[in-house]
Amino acid sequence: MIDRPTDMGAQTTPEFEEQRRAWERESAAGKPRSGPGSGAVDRTISDIPLKTVYAPADVAHLDLPRDLAWPGQYPYTRGIHPNGYRDRLWTMRQFAGFGNAKQTNERYHFLLSQGQTGLSVAFDMPTLMGYDSDAPQARGEVGKCGVAIDSLADMETLFEGIDMGSITTSMTINGPAAIAVAQYIAAAEKKGIPRRMLGGTIQADILKEYIAQKEWIFPPRPHMRVIVDMIAFCTEQMPRWNTISISGYHIREAGSTAAQELAFTLADGFAYVEACMKAGMDVDSFASRLSYFFNAHIDFFEEIAKFRAARRIYARHMREKYGAKNPKSWQLRFHTQTAGCSATAQQPENNIVRVAYEALSAVLGGTQSLHTNSMDEVLALPSEKSVEIALRTQQVLAYETNVTNVVDPLGGSYYVEALTDEMERQAEAYFAQIEEFGGVVEAIESGFFQREIAEASYRYQRSVEAKDRVIVGVNAFQKNETQSDLELLRITEEVEREQARGVAQVRAKRDADRVQVTLDRLQAACRDPKDNLMPHLIDCVNAYCTEGEIVEAMVKVYGRYVERSVF
Amino acid sequence: MPVQQSTDALLREFEEHHPRALARAISLAEAGSAGPLIRQVYERTGRAMTIGLTGPPGVGKSTLSSALVRKARSLGKTVGVISVDPSSPFSHGALLGDRIRLAEHFLDPDVFIRSMASHGHLGGLSGASADAVLLMDAFGLDIVFIETVGVGQSEIEIARLAQTTLVALQPGSGDSIQVLKAGIMEIADIFVVNKADHPMAGQLRREIRSMMEMLDFSGWVPELVATQALDGTGINELWGAIEAHVAYLNESGEIEERRREAFVQQVHQLVLGRLERRLARSISQVALCAGIDPYAAAEGVLRQFGAGEESDDAALPVGRPRAAVKGLA
Amino acid sequence: MALDRPLRVIVAKAGLDGHDRGAKVIARALRDAGMEVIYTGLFQTPEQIVQTAIQEDADGIGLSILSGAHMTLFPLVLEQLAAQGADDIVFFGGGTIPPEDVEELTKRGVRAIFTPGAPLQEIVDFVRRECGKRRAPAA
Repeated sequence: MIDRPTDMGAQTTPEFEEQRRAWERESAAGKPRSGPGSGAVDRTISDIPLKTVYAPADVAHLDLPRDLAWPGQYPYTRGIHPNGYRDRLWTMRQFAGFGNAKQTNERYHFLLSQGQTGLSVAFDMPTLMGYDSDAPQARGEVGKCGVAIDSLADMETLFEGIDMGSITTSMTINGPAAIAVAQYIAAAEKKGIPRRMLGGTIQADILKEYIAQKEWIFPPRPHMRVIVDMIAFCTEQMPRWNTISISGYHIREAGSTAAQELAFTLADGFAYVEACMKAGMDVDSFASRLSYFFNAHIDFFEEIAKFRAARRIYARHMREKYGAKNPKSWQLRFHTQTAGCSATAQQPENNIVRVAYEALSAVLGGTQSLHTNSMDEVLALPSEKSVEIALRTQQVLAYETNVTNVVDPLGGSYYVEALTDEMERQAEAYFAQIEEFGGVVEAIESGFFQREIAEASYRYQRSVEAKDRVIVGVNAFQKNETQSDLELLRITEEVEREQARGVAQVRAKRDADRVQVTLDRLQAACRDPKDNLMPHLIDCVNAYCTEGEIVEAMVKVYGRYVERSVF
Repeated sequence: MPVQQSTDALLREFEEHHPRALARAISLAEAGSAGPLIRQVYERTGRAMTIGLTGPPGVGKSTLSSALVRKARSLGKTVGVISVDPSSPFSHGALLGDRIRLAEHFLDPDVFIRSMASHGHLGGLSGASADAVLLMDAFGLDIVFIETVGVGQSEIEIARLAQTTLVALQPGSGDSIQVLKAGIMEIADIFVVNKADHPMAGQLRREIRSMMEMLDFSGWVPELVATQALDGTGINELWGAIEAHVAYLNESGEIEERRREAFVQQVHQLVLGRLERRLARSISQVALCAGIDPYAAAEGVLRQFGAGEESDDAALPVGRPRAAVKGLA
Repeated sequence: MALDRPLRVIVAKAGLDGHDRGAKVIARALRDAGMEVIYTGLFQTPEQIVQTAIQEDADGIGLSILSGAHMTLFPLVLEQLAAQGADDIVFFGGGTIPPEDVEELTKRGVRAIFTPGAPLQEIVDFVRRECGKRRAPAA
């Protein structure tokens, strides 16, 4: 960085220097504490070394106009809105979905009546992996960690009685994302709501699936084509739709450090930007509708630094490297979810407290929307009671604590600014390494990310084992637990049978010829890289082809991905 | 089925063709206790076609073996796969992780897959895998693949257990060139350039050819086959090359030489393994004596083994080299 | 002249859930504790897992499930083990599994279920003890 004088903090004076020396003497004479957790007082949860105290010298290199500026100004370190949350609070968006479409629809009506402002669909594993509910691979999984959507019929039920033109919907699905968007469009259009009116977000981030979450279908290269087609289509026809949500959440859940989450997520984002530009799209035509999704873990300041660094890095790359002209293209907007992996099965009520601190870090980091986990998610799907507590946690934060009254309240903290810089430095180092592989896809194929994450998660686990780090109720302050009295939500096997019957009925009632014709056309389009897949997918969906049938047709052309095991 | 069973009981089940018996037998080999069983079944060995596959990490060996297994199954052959990975030098534990590539064969009763760790077994580094080959052969499997990571001498030795050795290389990877330079050349009957759609594939093929051109082969000249194991491209050609090599071995009578070589190697490993443990015991005893110098200690140990001074320094017989560098006598 | 042969353990992921963080951490810990660990990779069926355990002559199978399908997949593995006469193999598991289900599964024959937060050492000790018992001659 350029060496320029900073005006952060007071100019040093002889008196201040004398004070510094006195502090150094006293500090050096201190005795390190012992006991649980004392093994890691000198580093963050991601192993970033920490000083005892931070001072003006740690931020001396900061150039205020260049590195911080003001809220709403490039490089957006202090936030993308000039007035922060004064103009508009974040969107409280609780992820929900379980059982069949009808059950989930009821939960949506409940959440909307409780003041939630957007819907978020969690799909079940078979849907996420592209299998119908009656496929042998779906045994025992139907409706378990989300809602089962086999065909357009289920999507219609899911949004029954909900005005799809006035709410926004976030759909967490990746491998079959393009199919889910096609179903959403078709369901809305059957109600007479045109696609240009639809607002929401589709996750569709396939790269992080190979890196961390492992919900893939096709190999990376053809999968990227499907995603680029979907982005191009939505960019043109759905002006209120966020075309992709590039996600670090799952990378973190897989055990990465904060810096890895930051670096790998942004690297993925840049890979999509490059792929779209290579497909002939103008960067400013699509960039403003890319959004991000981060994890809020328990190391409070590190998380805040991560969010601030993310905005700064993104803005710099979008403007300088990709030549975006529209300020909207430089702004990183993100959703945050509290860290599922920080929750514990032991003394699950403690998770309420963890979630509250994590949510606070997301808000101090300037998130645009937030999901707070429910205390019992580590045991099962959340119950209605625990979902309510999670939502109330956000409401208390938003309306009672007053943390929303000042924009970027930690801006200028010597510690937070130094940590923000360190995050940026580590991310750039990772970008350079990825570049050496030849790009994100090549690094995936070489197992680079997978190895880095496995290493970090093993290191972390060892530090917990050694009690260098304390997890309350797990490796310290345990109590002999009898059965927890939490009431858990259970999905019965009946859902699986019902859902399998439902999909059989759909198959029996539809026009079989139309199914064949639309699937054939889709396959032909898969072979022709110039033919956008989306209109074909919408045709298939409208013909009531099931998700499994559509995926199978595409697998015949693209193949299914098999991962090399990396440790 | 009890975990502990007599050799007789195990033999009976082995003969009745229970896969669990083969699995147990290989475990016995890993514990260095398969001797009695192998003596009983040895006369049934020598029928399987054995194919070694080695190469640096990441060249797609497992994908290649999966494609070869598929090919062998399409020909109606029963198949055994021995997949050897290095053990951890610290804990002697091992992570044997690449079975997933063979997942499509897991439920095929005519495919038997066994992962083995390369260290910590009796009989030196390759003893247990040599036993495993014999056991699969005696069990009646038609083809036995032995897959190793070609990163060290031990893995190369394991690959040499086979009648036909494939060396897989990947374009654009520095590792592959290092492997070529490290002398793996000498063990390859067939070079496989996998990921042949890679832009550097042509260059790798040229490098292999130019290295081969420097050599005069006394018999079989290694073949070079390009594959894309993921979609099966080149697998038929590779199979053709394997069959050609097997035909060559039979016609030239070199098959006997190969068998003898594997036999000698196994005997060597068995003897060495036992000696090494005796040696370790003797040395640890000698090392306890105070004031002794290392040379005197060595002489003392050797005397216990009946080996006198200088007596075993006679020139060792050297095997016939497969190739000589051109223009050098 | 039998030598100590490391314990052999299958670490498996069944069903459609790709959360392999726990499985990989366990696999590494068992390896570091001196065992030979055969990692199956993702998306294995109960049939595949049991065939693998038999061919690998495994002493134990550890199955990780985080998708909620545990009440289907654990019993299927038990069934397969019994059908193959391989129920001497120590079968244990882990994942997001509520206490009542843990109880039910252990009643049915799963030897232990470890939920999130279980110390690695506890798992290693369990495997060493139970698989070790299986190895010991029935005196």
